[in-house]
Amino acid sequence: MRYSGFRVAWEGLTGNGGWRPVWRDPAPKPAYDTLVIGGGGHGLSTAYYLARNHGLSDVAVLEKGGLGLGSVGRNTTIVRANYLLPGNSEFYSHSLKLWEGLERELNFNVMHSQRGLINLFHSDGQRDAFARRGNAMVNQGDDAVLLDREGVRELLPYLDFGQTRFPIYGGLLHPRGGTARHDAVAWGYARAADARGVDLIQNCEVTGIDIEGGRVRGVQTTRGPIRARRVAIVVAGRSSQVAAMAGLRLPIESHVLQAFVTEGLKPCIDHVISFGMGHFYISQSDKGGLVFGGDLDFYASYAARGNLPMVEHVMEAGMTLMPMIGRARLLRSWGGIMDMSPDGSPIIDKTPVEGLFLDCGWNYGGFKAVPASGWCLAHLMATGEPHPVAARYRLDRFATGHVIDEEGTGSQHNLH
Amino acid sequence: MLIPCPLCGPRDRREFYYLGAADYLRRPAADAAPAAWDAYLHLRGNPAGETRDLWYHEAGCQAWLVVSRNTVTHAIAGAALAGEAADAA
Repeated sequence: MRYSGFRVAWEGLTGNGGWRPVWRDPAPKPAYDTLVIGGGGHGLSTAYYLARNHGLSDVAVLEKGGLGLGSVGRNTTIVRANYLLPGNSEFYSHSLKLWEGLERELNFNVMHSQRGLINLFHSDGQRDAFARRGNAMVNQGDDAVLLDREGVRELLPYLDFGQTRFPIYGGLLHPRGGTARHDAVAWGYARAADARGVDLIQNCEVTGIDIEGGRVRGVQTTRGPIRARRVAIVVAGRSSQVAAMAGLRLPIESHVLQAFVTEGLKPCIDHVISFGMGHFYISQSDKGGLVFGGDLDFYASYAARGNLPMVEHVMEAGMTLMPMIGRARLLRSWGGIMDMSPDGSPIIDKTPVEGLFLDCGWNYGGFKAVPASGWCLAHLMATGEPHPVAARYRLDRFATGHVIDEEGTGSQHNLH
Repeated sequence: MLIPCPLCGPRDRREFYYLGAADYLRRPAADAAPAAWDAYLHLRGNPAGETRDLWYHEAGCQAWLVVSRNTVTHAIAGAALAGEAADAA
């Protein structure tokens, strides 16, 4: 069923009786060519691109719960390509280009809104660093504009320009940055993958990975064993547990990152604003809620909820930056489970087990990477060669020293 | 979240700095193979459940502690001085 404005109007006039479930709910077959463990954003986009780019349709996605109920629905939905280092720069640039064509590609409204992202800076040294980052973004083919203090004031007149702790010197504007509707991305990929013949199998938890002679043979699940020639682990948030089923110990520590949303308000914040010095960023959803967050709670956690000290810290930073939000009432807060890698960059690679692939370590940047992560993992699985824009996301880069430390903070998992 | 410091008693989480898993206590010898250093610095069991990790009582007695904790519930079972912990080298 194709979606269109005509279709919406027709259904509206005829009682909305024509809508049907947009993907099947198949039982698992005993064998597939290719399995993707994890029915989140990355797993679904991997399955979609395996079918679309490589013509593979004997593919199943195994999801222990329901599709898209993990981190893809627990983030703050920011989409950007403002990276500095080789490895990240080309990858996120590729991802943003895929985002820009995603709605037409999937025939699904993911509400991608390129409202512009502004990273604030607060000293001469930080301005230099942001100018360099902006140049790297432009050289990569993306866009960046260095704003001075008055340039920021013109776009964001409501910031507190009088505060002295972190005086606003200016900002780096990334006009093509913005937000998207997180659930819709998972649903759009699921629908499009299903339409190309991929089996999306829900309530099917993988409990073991079968390996014979160093080669993957299939998986054990709560719905029986399934044989396969290729298996991908795409379960950020539970990567260490699933990889352990194949005897792998990963360079990952899981942390909790909190996010917050207020009651719906009239439009007041037109951009995504990031206040790195205070550990705070904010945007306004299309529904009107102010969506914001800060830094990790800084200790390993799978609780999917955080503690009050970080709540207090984020609120303080928000009030320092924009006192106008002080009267907004907080509706809810939640925590997402972050695969933190030692350099803050992800892993898309083969594993030492032949036929077993790994896509993990997304830190807190996984949402914007959904299209390119699937694109590149599908390329790796289908061709056996890493995609050029993801070639540096190697599993062994920590051992060999080829780290991609975007923040320059060293090898400690929670510092990125 | 209160952490039971053996020297100061139960103290607020904000007084502590978190380093990471207690794996950091098992530092390889200087001439150990690169794989041992990779494992020490990067590879983690990362359990969903009981774990032991290193906290520094920065705003208190400044002792390093090994805290026994549950990563799913945030319950804290106990804490010992890192120098006296069972997994200290």
